[in-house]
Amino acid sequence: MKRTLPMILTFLVGMIVILSEFIPHFPFSKINSTLESWYLIISGFAMLLGLISLVRVNSSKVASKEENWQYYLAGLISLFTMVIFGLLWGMQETAGLLGHGESIQNWLGKKPFDYLFDNAYLHLSATMFSLLAFFIASAAYRAFIIRSFESNLLMISAIIVILGRTSFGTMLTSWLPQRLYFLQMSYMTDFIMKYPNTAAQRAIMISAALGIFGSSLRIIIGIERSYLGSDK
Amino acid sequence: MVQFMQILGIWIGAFLTFSIFSFLYKDNPFYKLAEQVFVGLSAGYWLIYIIYYVIMPNLVSKLIEDFSANAILIIPALLGLMMLLRLIPKAQWVSRFPLAVVIGTSAGISLMRYMQSDLLNQVSATMINPLAAESLPDIIGSFLLIIGTICGIYFFYFSRKKEGIYALPSKAGIWFLMISFGASFGYTVMARVSLLIGRLEFILKDWLHLIN
Amino acid sequence: MSSKANLVERRIIFGLLFIVVTMPLIFPIGWKTEVSPHVQMAYDLVENSPQGSIAIISFDYDPSTATELQPMAYAMIEHAFSKNQKIIAVALWPQGAQMADEAFGQILAKFPDKSYGTDYVNLGYKTGGMVTIQAMGRDIKSVFPADVKGTSIQDIAMLKTFNNLKNAAYIVSLSAGDPGIKQWIMAGHDMFGVSVTGGTTAVSAPGFLPYINQQNQLYGLLGGLKAAAEYEALINVIGSATVKMDAQSVAHILIIILVVIGNIKAYKIRRKKALAAQGD
Repeated sequence: MKRTLPMILTFLVGMIVILSEFIPHFPFSKINSTLESWYLIISGFAMLLGLISLVRVNSSKVASKEENWQYYLAGLISLFTMVIFGLLWGMQETAGLLGHGESIQNWLGKKPFDYLFDNAYLHLSATMFSLLAFFIASAAYRAFIIRSFESNLLMISAIIVILGRTSFGTMLTSWLPQRLYFLQMSYMTDFIMKYPNTAAQRAIMISAALGIFGSSLRIIIGIERSYLGSDK
Repeated sequence: MVQFMQILGIWIGAFLTFSIFSFLYKDNPFYKLAEQVFVGLSAGYWLIYIIYYVIMPNLVSKLIEDFSANAILIIPALLGLMMLLRLIPKAQWVSRFPLAVVIGTSAGISLMRYMQSDLLNQVSATMINPLAAESLPDIIGSFLLIIGTICGIYFFYFSRKKEGIYALPSKAGIWFLMISFGASFGYTVMARVSLLIGRLEFILKDWLHLIN
Repeated sequence: MSSKANLVERRIIFGLLFIVVTMPLIFPIGWKTEVSPHVQMAYDLVENSPQGSIAIISFDYDPSTATELQPMAYAMIEHAFSKNQKIIAVALWPQGAQMADEAFGQILAKFPDKSYGTDYVNLGYKTGGMVTIQAMGRDIKSVFPADVKGTSIQDIAMLKTFNNLKNAAYIVSLSAGDPGIKQWIMAGHDMFGVSVTGGTTAVSAPGFLPYINQQNQLYGLLGGLKAAAEYEALINVIGSATVKMDAQSVAHILIIILVVIGNIKAYKIRRKKALAAQGD
């Protein structure tokens, strides 16, 4: 029953959503829109799961004084600071439990939550991602070696696109006469993107869509049950 | 005071930026600290957003405003609380019910949306008349589009071993995929470098005032 | 090659990239950029939409990708405002609402006559992705009972006759991942028939090109910083993307040089091994 009832529920919910696509009238439309609004509320709670897990994992590491426990403590302090600021004084236009915190805003310039967001979180997030630029340069140096025909195709295509998506690339072939327009860097780049790239991406898309179709159907009719977890 | 706090904020941003960049030299305490602070701030941010933008407007506010008309929202609220029981091993089975609603809804939506947008529309978009293109390169390109799509799909058919002449379309499919991956790499380089430019703009403009 | 030599090589590459990207920001070169067909398509969609029409701009990204996407937001808002179109900002990512506020704040300096509630509105963030868009396609007021400031949607002037997505002239999704432009295409265009265009980070742009087809699932696409610079060129603005393109171009040239050097090095190592094998 602990597995059967949820599976029946999955089937009913999935079938209602599918049927409402073909019968967009009452009652399917009403049930479908109700399910959609419930989905929003439940997925909000689902996100809380991840956060609670994070607090639990980090707390146990700090409590058992594992290696680098000081950093996990810093992480927990940041989390609780952000949450407390947000709950007490809100964020942007939204008021918190203590209102908008006008007195704090007078000396901080903005709400504490927004201050942390703009001066800490935003910079950390952007810098973490910008590290990738260095790693991709290093990867290009090491991995883009002439080996087989297929890897050469990859490299040539990458070089044309890397050059073509710059202002410099356009200048490189601007001297070519008009009748050889198809050899211009920008034209070659657009050609690669519009035809062979689109063909391959479309093939991936169609194959993936068939896979999603199959797995969604398996979930709805109960063949795929991994989302239920185990009974242990 | 406000101006001082603004300048302090920029210096905090610069410090955290260089803490992360220090990882490029080697792993160090500054990077580790910045990394964990990022995790903490990110989690705190998400929690506050969920409260103010999901739970409050969709559930709490509606129940407070007109309980009798919105009483049905008790059901998703209960399902949401049942979801949290996933954290207690003995009560984990209870979370299967809200999961069933979420998974069933998203499976139903995915099935219909991907079938229409990523399957039917894409197949019909490939059924073009290649000779109707305006120029010779576009005609060649249109042929490449049709052949590439078919060979690419054929490459992903693994239910039967491809030997002899049956392996040729698969090989052609690989070539098209390689060209596409090369193009994707080129775009990835552009994306990553753009992120770095953004950071350097902050350092040079907002912190050091070297550029306008 | 020894691991220490590898480490030194890595640090040299990182240092070079840092310098090469910094220099053009301080000393701009001023290279011009050509417009590509997909950007032109997106521009034409906005250009050809009638005055007074309402567009939806969905800010589906966070500050980490703002370098590529925020210039697109600036350019498209400026273009829409110059055509006297009204804008509804929504967000499928939590920080998108703030990106929208920042973008409007930046552009409104050029359009002091535009007022909140009459010419533009920020409805804020809503979780749910595809489900949210489908619900917006039926009734937007049930999804957004109030705007980001808490004003009831019934009290917002420009939304009095706006009931669902079908009332929009077009949808722009500025998207850094999931949920984003894919969901807008699937629901906004394929379900409700509204024209969809947008911008993505360069890393995901190649994957969306198949949607630019005869069915017009996607009406043009801005992929990456260069596309943002191209859009700025189309609206005759020297914006933040144009300024950064010099640094982008020089960095790309460095990558090509690194690929060439890497191949020369690999060739020398292979030749050395081959000669050593012959000697044996």
